[in-house]
Amino acid sequence: MKYVDEYRDGEKARGIAAAIAAEVRPERSYAFMEFCGGHTHAISRYGIEDLLPKNVRMIHGPGCPVCVLPIGRIDDAIRLAKRPEVTLCTYADLMRVPASSGLSLMKAKAAGADIRMIYSSLDAIRIAEANPDRQVVFFAIGFETTTPPTAVALKTAEAKGLTNFSIYCNHVLTPVAMRAILDMPPTPDEPPIAIEGFVGPSHVSTIIGMEPYQVFARDYRKPVVIAGFEPLDVMYAILMLVRQVNEQRADVENQYIRAVRTEGNPVAIDLCDEVFELRDSFEWRGLGAVPKSALKLRDAYGFYDAEKRFAIETQPAEDNPACECGAILRGQKKPADCRLFGTVCTPETPTGACMVSSEGACAAHWTYGRFRTRQTDAGLRRSA
Amino acid sequence: MTKTFRRKLDLKSGRVDMSHGAGGRAMAELISSIFKDAFGNELLEQGNDQASFPTPAGGRMVMTTDGYVVSPIFFPGGDIGSLAVHGTVNDLAMAGARPLYLSASYIIEEGFPLGDLKRIADSMGAAAKAAGVMIVTGDTKVVERGKADGVFISTAGVGVVPDGLMLSGDRARPGDKLIVSGSMGDHGVAIMSSRENLTFETEILSDSAALNGLVETMVATAGPHLRLMRDPTRGGLAATLNELAHQSRVGFRIVEDRIPIKRQVAAACELLGLDPLNVANEGKLVAVVAAEAAETLVAAMRSHPLGGDAAIIGEVVEDDQHFVQMTTGFGGGRIVDWLAGEQLPRIC
Repeated sequence: MKYVDEYRDGEKARGIAAAIAAEVRPERSYAFMEFCGGHTHAISRYGIEDLLPKNVRMIHGPGCPVCVLPIGRIDDAIRLAKRPEVTLCTYADLMRVPASSGLSLMKAKAAGADIRMIYSSLDAIRIAEANPDRQVVFFAIGFETTTPPTAVALKTAEAKGLTNFSIYCNHVLTPVAMRAILDMPPTPDEPPIAIEGFVGPSHVSTIIGMEPYQVFARDYRKPVVIAGFEPLDVMYAILMLVRQVNEQRADVENQYIRAVRTEGNPVAIDLCDEVFELRDSFEWRGLGAVPKSALKLRDAYGFYDAEKRFAIETQPAEDNPACECGAILRGQKKPADCRLFGTVCTPETPTGACMVSSEGACAAHWTYGRFRTRQTDAGLRRSA
Repeated sequence: MTKTFRRKLDLKSGRVDMSHGAGGRAMAELISSIFKDAFGNELLEQGNDQASFPTPAGGRMVMTTDGYVVSPIFFPGGDIGSLAVHGTVNDLAMAGARPLYLSASYIIEEGFPLGDLKRIADSMGAAAKAAGVMIVTGDTKVVERGKADGVFISTAGVGVVPDGLMLSGDRARPGDKLIVSGSMGDHGVAIMSSRENLTFETEILSDSAALNGLVETMVATAGPHLRLMRDPTRGGLAATLNELAHQSRVGFRIVEDRIPIKRQVAAACELLGLDPLNVANEGKLVAVVAAEAAETLVAAMRSHPLGGDAAIIGEVVEDDQHFVQMTTGFGGGRIVDWLAGEQLPRIC
């Protein structure tokens, strides 16, 4: 596959691995967070951990939109879908996210709710056009990457004069969440997070560009290397981070020059500005309420806002108290540290959201990497 | 070792959802808690895609049954009729059997075009003839519009096993070699490309084919060294290897670069975010064979039109957790797991 295989080349990988091994200082350790679930997935799927020196640790960040969505918002979507007049359109990986009372969108669908899995926000528009007697709600989630397509869907609905289409908006913002992680006060029972740098988002950065990360380099002295989602991209970004740490630099660098421009995508940014505005606060799974971290539709587009059309009041919902998703999303614990991991919580019967999406840290470790912690299974797991 | 906790099916208020038909763990749970409980017997316990049993007159027979709900009914490289023959013949052939007789039961929705029905039946007849089997009995039911989707076909098949041959999913032993007969993922990608909501141009045809001829060649070449065969249909190579690892209580180690995957299939999977190892095949098989016979067997398979890309992709290892581990083309290691939940409903 042209333009893909080049970035998965095993020989080049060994070359970069050798460079990393040669440049890391043996007397110290390195801890970097890959914020994005896409990077977590690449690291697990290609076995990148096996190519890194023992003293380079990757911390899996919360950049998985399915994982950070609080249960209350899924409960809302299920309530919406159960309304007889509503057809709910959702991306497939939300279907199995556990909600309150043992429910999920998949179970609601099996019980009769009209829920359609779609691949593109414009599929929801097509469904609305084809079913004028149905109220079609698009369950919009994601970071800055999926926000512009939601805006396009809204503008398309407006241009077509669709009155039976609305958006349940759950779009969230990457840099604000990165900051929330760095600002998190240490808790008595969880080790402090020692992130020395970030592998910066791939697709998100194609939209927002490089500027929004400057704050981390300037104010927090944390290097950021924006990287593509292919495994060689990730390896090279890690090498660039090691170099910055060794040289005591903290810069925003761009490894993903084939897609990310300094200024991002101004057309997409302008469109999103026109359609969305900041929420005062939004609940993140694992991070809690984070001010100015999510988007809602502007009043001018309130007609398309499902929260207004259906008077949705999100009720807070409790996570399973034994679930360590929060600490895992903050990078304070590893999936195998959780007592539920691989016992009651598997991708088939997920307890926490990190086990649902293939981009979640627990699902990635379970699906691709659990052979690494096999010797620590049974009671030994806790002490590993 | 901790056992993965199995959440019991909620028989009081639970409902069947799409994951129960996806060929993964949810389906395995459904079968074991509902059907095995109700039907339980030692032949069913064999856990293969067919049951193998001695006949009163001597010799061994195999029997299998299968349902076809593929959507769309006509797809690049085949249709529901030929697929029903191929799938049934292959389930028999995977036990090393010579397939003989099939049944065909049609459930047809009111309003279904007669011309399409004729086309499907003709295709089914031609596929049976080509595979050297006879469709000797059948049944026809019509249900009201909206109570089915076009046409569903269910089949049964019987065959006879050559004397002395014993293939079963529990016979893989550490040191054995693992072989696939050709490229992975063709059928699933062909079906996807013909679904209206996933339109993209591709030259991929379904690999739907009857494998009994290839199996005859394999049995003739390596008969006593053959441990097992299975066709990696729903859930793809990944699901099949995990099933076999559990059934044989072993692990597998495979090498990504040795698994044949067509470039077009890899590209389509890339676009759709799928792993070709989870995508269905309908004309490929996985075989486990004693190491000393592996090279000869692959050479013989390659001489057959349906085994041209046959390759040794890995080996059987001891592993009390029955992991399927893969060395990636990138150089790292990872597990190849069952896919959780539903990837593509109605693939066959």
